Amino acid sequence: MPVAAAGVPRPPDWRLAMTDRLRLRVVDEHLAVNPITCVGHGLCAELFPEWITLDDWGYPIIDPRPVPPQLREHAKRAIEACPTLALLLRRG
Amino acid sequence: MIDVTDAGRRAATRPPAAGALPRLLPAEPLPTLREHEAYYGAAPQASRTLIAEVERSGLRGRGGAAFPTAVKLAAVARGRRPVVVVNATEGEPASNKDKVLLSHAPHLVLDGALLAAEAVGATEVHVCIERRAGGPNHSLSRAIAERAQTKVAIGLHDAPDRYVGGEESALVNWLNGGDAKPTFTPPRPFERGVGGRPTLVQNAETLAQLALIARYGATWFRGLGTDDDPGTTLLTLSGSVPRPGVCEVPFGYPLTDVLRLGGTSPSEVSAVLVGGYFGTWLSPAAAARVTYDRSSLSSVGASPGCGVVATVASGACGLVELARVTRWLAQQNAGQCGPCVNGLPAIADAVDALYAGDRAGHAQARLARWLDMVQGRGACRHPDGVARFVRSGLNVFASDIERHRRHGPCPSPQPVFPVPPTGGWR
Repeated sequence: MPVAAAGVPRPPDWRLAMTDRLRLRVVDEHLAVNPITCVGHGLCAELFPEWITLDDWGYPIIDPRPVPPQLREHAKRAIEACPTLALLLRRG
Repeated sequence: MIDVTDAGRRAATRPPAAGALPRLLPAEPLPTLREHEAYYGAAPQASRTLIAEVERSGLRGRGGAAFPTAVKLAAVARGRRPVVVVNATEGEPASNKDKVLLSHAPHLVLDGALLAAEAVGATEVHVCIERRAGGPNHSLSRAIAERAQTKVAIGLHDAPDRYVGGEESALVNWLNGGDAKPTFTPPRPFERGVGGRPTLVQNAETLAQLALIARYGATWFRGLGTDDDPGTTLLTLSGSVPRPGVCEVPFGYPLTDVLRLGGTSPSEVSAVLVGGYFGTWLSPAAAARVTYDRSSLSSVGASPGCGVVATVASGACGLVELARVTRWLAQQNAGQCGPCVNGLPAIADAVDALYAGDRAGHAQARLARWLDMVQGRGACRHPDGVARFVRSGLNVFASDIERHRRHGPCPSPQPVFPVPPTGGWR
């Protein structure tokens, strides 16, 4: 990894970005739903269909595999869109 | 009556022979501390080394999940100001073993709770029994009164009569003033439970077994049972058995012999439900070739669960039992999780359709889809239990289903499996 030369400005969120990238490489993240708070709005399945489908009653069925890093942004978008804040990423 | 003379007391403080029965169920009840200590000997001084001894014993939880007790003890002991909860709610309709244990050896359960409390560093014990068992008038309240001088405070609580109310997060939620409904985990109660403190929730029988391990040691405990499932277990025999009741057998005991204790045999039954209403139906042939322990039962897709062995008589209709209990289980959902709230009634409807005579085969196809769909999607394991119960029932009662398809519902069904009324959530 090249070390930034003195005087070269780093992006303001350099530390955050680095830890984020490192974390993604070493720790698996799984998408999970709190089934008690979920009331089946279904937005998550619209926003992240690669990982979330809806059951016969409109509640999300989530792929149990770890979310690949390239899809993490989609996962975050679904999490942020959930009206009842029922979606979460779990590490490990 | 139990001999409470000095001679009797001395004799009893020696460990009973390792291979001898009974361990937990003395022939006569021991309601007083005096009778209890005359029979079992005084409880030893508790210490932190108890956790290591429990680990060597291989004791696992007897409430249904068979979780290693020492792992739970150690996890709770690591926390600050932990709490102990005795789970004697026994909301499983076909189970009676904890009620019998509490009436026969209440002080053994209290010994276990107090020893566990000392081992993890707790000063509070909450004993939870089911409300319909009598609440504060329960025989246990007299036993607790005799323990007033202990430095650990013991409270008795009459928990709501709800099937899922005995799930540990539900019980903790209720003790904290909420509904007796499961909560989303983690955190699990061992991390954050009663009053936000690390909480050891143990089934009553587990603690009674622990009290014996503390007295007589892990080697003695392993004198009965199998290597993987050491010790004895309490079983409740019910359904069509001529002699229903609770018995104590070593793990590894042939299921045929268990049925014989109830006065029946594999040739006299059309199915055996093992483990409880969240358990597995076995055909008579499967029942005849297994022993009561995790490894043997897993070979036929079952597990010991909470020790229920319930039979359907040969010639009786199993589908009516399946439909009735499935409907009851569907009504037991806590109204919290969408897949359970919607899926379980849909599953119960489909089983009812099989009972009515599913000529077009729609119900079978729906069940195949929905039993998979609800699996693992609740905050607790209730939907998983229902799926196991129904799926195994569909296999074992295939000929009943076919008969109903051709001829419709039974003219005069006589179901025997209990479906008790349930109360509120507080």
